[in-house]
Amino acid sequence: MSGILERRAAVAALLRDRAGLLVVSGLGSPSYDVMAAGDHDANHYLWAAMGSAMTMGLGLALAQPARPVAVITGDGEALMGFGALATIALKRPRNLAIIILDNGHFGETGMQPSHAGQGIEFAAVAHACGFPQTETIRDEAGVEPLRRRIHAMEALSLAVLKIRAENLPRALPPRDGVFVKNRFRAALGFAPS
Amino acid sequence: MPGMDTTPSPGWRRDVFDVLKAHGVRHLAYVPDAGHATAIAMAEADPEIEATVLTTEEEGIGLLAGAWLGGQRGALLMQSSGVGNCINTLGLVASARFPFLTVVTMRGDWAEFNQHQNPMGQATEAALKLMGVMTWRADEPAQVRPLLHGAATMAFDAEGACALLLGQRLIGEKEWVK
Repeated sequence: MSGILERRAAVAALLRDRAGLLVVSGLGSPSYDVMAAGDHDANHYLWAAMGSAMTMGLGLALAQPARPVAVITGDGEALMGFGALATIALKRPRNLAIIILDNGHFGETGMQPSHAGQGIEFAAVAHACGFPQTETIRDEAGVEPLRRRIHAMEALSLAVLKIRAENLPRALPPRDGVFVKNRFRAALGFAPS
Repeated sequence: MPGMDTTPSPGWRRDVFDVLKAHGVRHLAYVPDAGHATAIAMAEADPEIEATVLTTEEEGIGLLAGAWLGGQRGALLMQSSGVGNCINTLGLVASARFPFLTVVTMRGDWAEFNQHQNPMGQATEAALKLMGVMTWRADEPAQVRPLLHGAATMAFDAEGACALLLGQRLIGEKEWVK
């Protein structure tokens, strides 16, 4: 089921006062939402490799345990990496927050209904896998507490944001993968090879 | 790890772990295979190594790319059948030039009892090459250490996508009837 939250406003609110937050965004609209909130050296936008946003966030969270890491992705992208919920649940990095923008549809390809739109609830799946914190947020009041929890890094978490099913004008992130990768690493103090 | 001692040691199974560790690998992501059992056990026992069991091999590509963004090196251990699961995700490695190092135990390669393993086993090396991954093959124990050292060097120092295939002749025939 899709919801009523406006995705751009919700993502912008989550990325407010971001300090040391590291962000990985899933391909399609979540990458546009993150870009629309303001390009940032500590954003890694995926443009393909569907299903990899959560695992990329896992590797980043394990390598940078003192920084909060947010994966911002869509229900379709997360469905392709479904098994990653099990992999991540075993590792349990407390600095990792998975945020699923769930409109119940494959938005980029013509708004076909997704599994999430037909009964699959990510928060319940993540809970069954052993995620210590799971929640489903349906209105704006839930967004600011989530932002604070991301920065608190108290436990591995997954939050589903029930957003409206709508295609907004695209905000295109840089497409040069080498540039985005090296810019991200430079922000953490690592030189290109 | 330039100048590393590449004299072969008798235990190629240990060599896999030792060479990865000598190259500063901090993350070992794996889908289990008998041929990798030693390296997996050593990784799980090593407090300096983050060992992660995956549900499917392509998860390892994302994990290692994320670790590299965070400043750390890693490698993926899998069987040849897992290479098929990785194909689309290897595009991430190519398009952003992420260092990628994998050690692949072969099936459907030599003295294979189970013909169902042959299609993917025979396509493994070509599939990797199609996705821009450089490949080397070890069929003798003495080859493992120098070839893995070379692959790790090209992965981490030259942002290469590198696979070392461990042939079935090296691993030995699987015992089906005990």
